[in-house]
Order: sequence, then C-alpha cells, then structure tokens
Amino acid sequence: MRAYVEGVGLLGPGLRGWHESRAVLAGAEPYRVAPTAIPPSELLPPAERRRAGIPVKLALAVGWEAFMSAGRDAAATAAVFTSSSGDGEILHQICDTLTTPERGVSPTRFMNSVHNAAAGYWSIATQSREPSTSLCCYDASFAAGLLECATQVAVDARPVALIAYDQPYPQPLHAARPISGEFGVAFVMAPEATRRSFAAIDLEFMPYDKAETPLSDHALEAVRVSNPAARSLPVLVALARDGAEEVVLQYVAGAHLHVRIASCR
Amino acid sequence: MQPLVISRFATVNCLGAGTGAVLDALRMKRSGLAPCDFETAALDTWVGRIPALEELRIRRDLEDYDCRSNRMAQLGLEQDGFTDAMAAARERYGAARIGVFIGTSTSGILETELAYRRRDPQTRALPGSFRYHATQNSYSLGDFVRRYLGLTGPSFVVSSACSSTAKVFGNAARMIAAGVCDAAVVGGADTLCLTTLYGFHSLELTSRRPCRPFDPDRDGISLGEGAGFALLEKPAGLVASDAVMLLGVGESSDAYHMSTPHPEGAGAKLAMQRALGAARLGPADIDYINLHGTATRTNDAAEDKAVVELFGSATPCSSTKGATGHLLGAAGITEAVISILAAQHGLLPGSAHTRSVDPALKSDYLLDSRESRVRRVLTNSFGFGGSNCSLVIGIGG
Repeated sequence: MRAYVEGVGLLGPGLRGWHESRAVLAGAEPYRVAPTAIPPSELLPPAERRRAGIPVKLALAVGWEAFMSAGRDAAATAAVFTSSSGDGEILHQICDTLTTPERGVSPTRFMNSVHNAAAGYWSIATQSREPSTSLCCYDASFAAGLLECATQVAVDARPVALIAYDQPYPQPLHAARPISGEFGVAFVMAPEATRRSFAAIDLEFMPYDKAETPLSDHALEAVRVSNPAARSLPVLVALARDGAEEVVLQYVAGAHLHVRIASCR
Repeated sequence: MQPLVISRFATVNCLGAGTGAVLDALRMKRSGLAPCDFETAALDTWVGRIPALEELRIRRDLEDYDCRSNRMAQLGLEQDGFTDAMAAARERYGAARIGVFIGTSTSGILETELAYRRRDPQTRALPGSFRYHATQNSYSLGDFVRRYLGLTGPSFVVSSACSSTAKVFGNAARMIAAGVCDAAVVGGADTLCLTTLYGFHSLELTSRRPCRPFDPDRDGISLGEGAGFALLEKPAGLVASDAVMLLGVGESSDAYHMSTPHPEGAGAKLAMQRALGAARLGPADIDYINLHGTATRTNDAAEDKAVVELFGSATPCSSTKGATGHLLGAAGITEAVISILAAQHGLLPGSAHTRSVDPALKSDYLLDSRESRVRRVLTNSFGFGGSNCSLVIGIGG
C-alpha cells in the first residue's frame, strides 16, 4: 500500500515541532534532551480548553501542525488516532477516587476517560464530521495506526490523518507500565502525489518477526524505546533525511511492518 | 463497499448465552436487568450482570490474561460454535491471513480498580500480581482473542466508547478490501466495573429503574455486560439466498460535545446516510432499525429526529437496551447480532420495560415483538466523543 506524506506534526522531548526538528532528526544538528513543551490549544472553545488533558493537547498540537504544513482542510479529512495508554492521569485519579468511601468520581474526568477523548476534542476543535477511529495496540500502537491510515488512504482513495500520542503514567501505575516523556506525532497522507507531498510511504504487513530499526543517536534511541508513540522515530528520521530508506516497525507478536520511505520531490 | 459474508457469529449477554437464548428472550420481550448487586457498588440502579463470569476459568495457557473482560471474551468465543468455526477458517486461510479487530471501551479496568484497593500502605505500590499488559491495556482484549483463536494476522483494538464494536466492522472491511487479510474476526467485550457505574452516576445518566428507551418517563441508562464476535469473509462466487451479509458501514463525528449528542442528531443522520450509501440502498430498503436508544432524554430525542428526517415515520424501529442493558463498547456487536437474528427469523423485537412511546418522538417505535418479513436491517451505535457508526446487515445477495 502506498500513501504520500503531505504534512507532519511532532512534539517530544527536545523536539519542538517537525520543522524545528528536521535538522536534528537528519543528524545535521545535535539532539539535546529537554522536557516536551506542549502549547495550550488555541483550537478549542474556552470550556473545552479547560477540560482537555495533556494527551488531548498533545494530539491537537501535532495534528494541527501536520494540517498546517499540508495545507489541507481538517474539517474535510478523516482521522486515525492511536495511543497505548490514552489519559493515564485520569485513569489514576478515577482508580484512586474509587478507593475512597464516597467514590465521588468527577463527571468531567469520567467523560474525558474514554480512549477516544482526543478524537472527540479534535472533531469539536476542527468542526469535522468526518469519521475518526481510536486505536490501541500496546507498544505497537503507532504501527497499528500507520497500517490503518495507509489502508484507509488506499481503500477510500482520499486523504487521511494519523495522530499518535502517549503520556507517562503517574505512580503507582508508572512502575507497572513505564513510559517517559510525552510524545506526539501526526501525518497527513494522500492517495496520490500532490504539490504538497514530499515523500511516498510503502507499507506491507509481514507475518513474522524481524529486528526493528534502531536509531544511531543513543539519546534519540532512548526516547524511541521509552514511549509507544516515539516508535515512529525511525520513520521521522527517514523522512528528515529526504532520501530512500527502509524501516522495520515491530507490530503485534510474530509480525512486523515493512516500511519504505522515499523522497518524491 | 464490497458486501461481506458474516459466516459465523456468537453472542452472550444478560439475556443468555448463545443466539438461541437471546432470540427466545427477544421474542418474549424478556429483560435480563436486575437491581445492581455488582461487586461493592452501592448505587440505586439496575444492571445486566452475568454471574457465570465470577466462576469462569480462563484457558490455562492464557492465565496471565485472567480478568473479567477476558473471561467475558472467552465465554463469548465459546458460544454458537464460534471457536470451532474459527479453527476451520484458520485451516482454510492460514492463521496469518485472518485479521482480529476487537472493540472495547473499558477493557480490564476493573482489575486496576481492585489493584488500587490493595496498594501497599507504606509505598503505595500496586500489588506484584497486577498484570498491566494482559488486563488494563486496551489491547489486552485483542491480544487475548488473537491468542485464544491462534491467529497471527493484522490486529488492533478500537476503543471509541459505545461505537467501538460497530466500528470494527469498518476496519475489517477496509483491511479485507486492501488485501491485508482475507477474512477477519470482529467483535469484542465490555464488563461491569466501578468506573462506569460511578462515572455514569456522576453524570446523572443512570436510571434508578430498568432503563425505558423512548418512554415519556425515560430517565437514563442501565449498564450491562456482554461479548459478541463475527467472522467476516469475502463472498466466494454466488451468494446463497440465506447468507448473512454485511452490506454497509457508515461512520461520522458529531463535532458538538464530549458526552451529549448533537441535539438535531446531525452526526447520527450522517452515519446512517453513509451506511446506506455504502450499501447502495435507500431508506425504503430498510425493514427494521435497531436503535442506539440508550433511554437518556437527549439520546433518544436526537436519534428520533435523525431517524424521522431520513426514514420518515414508517420504518419499524426499537432499542433492545431495555432487555440487555447498555453494553457500552460491546453494544455494537451485540446489536449487530440481534439485527442478524431479526433478519434470519423475521422478528421485529419489542422494547422491554418501555410502557408507552413518548408522544414527542415521531418514529415508528415497536413496543411489542412481532413477526414480519425482515430482509435489511440498519443498526446504530453512538458514543462519547461524538463517535457514530451505523451498519446495514441483510440476508442473501
């Protein structure tokens, strides 16, 4: 399956946007670790802005950056959301509240606890009535999202956005599921090469294990393995280098995705 | 879309285990709801609980996955000859050519709730027995089903609240159309937990009585639990006259509010239109609509508007949630199976617990079950976040 990349959005530790990070990802500038800087979302109406948690802000920020650089109308584009954990802060708060005698779960927290909260806020923010889906596939959540996005592009023959994000859990959940550094990534993909597209992605599901593609920069490699959404980094690095590369993404047990990324400018 | 054959399906919920028990209950307009006695919940509400889950033993090789939602999935997979049919399908296609697309809203969150109660008083650490990957993570249910059935094809979990197990039909149809797999298992499970019981209570969305969809006195939902699964395949040659078919899938977003549906049902209408469009059918081709019909004031009013705008007031419709309760993430597959049963057996299911139809609602709402010719059914599933999905299911080619 082939899809053309028109726009990218990125936020992660020391990675403040796709355009700001391209030189670092391409290896032309040194990578420096820093906390993820998540901007407040200007997209949401004030009431929703107050209610939205970190994962929602992360998803909206990277999604918007990708649409801005693609020059596409978000309201007219279907979107695939994917995350291993959704909002881990809310999960903690609710489980903690349920141990108290009153069990006074906050209605806003409960409403925002659904795995598709980011998709819901995105639809409100962009006024999009186009379909969205919200996926989870543990450590392979990015790979699953990429597969679903490329499949939609191929079958429905129209542009689709992919938005992947993950946030660390607070303790005590962090000990059971260690995730570090908020990470979000988004792609706007189209079925055909356009004026805006700069790379072609060819994707194949392979039903056997293969060693996944690591990163040569040790600090970036540490980011990649510490957050499910950061498993996207080898794809981002290949896009930043602007050449032709092959990437192996680990998928569900006993399977991987073979990804070919080639500049098409 | 290319219609797909639903060659096998299974269901379990508070009406009973297996399609036979569920069909009998629907014919007799029986409800499985009872006053809430789940775990330590102290809430004045009714639920559709499945006590058998508490005794159920998870298959030995998958003991790590033991939790209420995976037990629920196992109980579902063991109904209606589903696991045996999947073994045959695995022989036919090869394990890597069958996709597994599973929906759930809460997955194994109950396990995490219980682990929080058993935190170490000093360190606040969770007990060592807590298995995040196999219970809490939303994918644990998909992982469990994939391993239970011995399948190695593409897989993920869709978690879009109450539309989850309707939307997986769309994921499977696309993956099959793209050639990523030749067949797919869809469905999923959701189980009772304190998060949803206390959460819906905090939003004042649970009824203190059994839920009464479309009733003038409706005042909220009753939560239930259940599982359902279906095997989707490409038609091989001519479609048999009694084959169960997935004809269309329609998805949309409300772009309105996180927990309240668009008051005019704009997103709901769009999902139904898209499902009809995908099936290349018009509103007049639909013989019965299985509504989302949660029995909240706002859902039923908005859905009624959307249905009347699109279908007029002559298409029989009903919600079966007075019988099953609201199965949240498992509602889509449960009501897809009910829609199949309606079409196979010429049954228009009535609405358990609804005493009369709200005069403000204008659709042709069925209070009582009756027999009729049913060939094409549309079923609706709408969720938090404004996530809407409609399916069109039919009999024959």
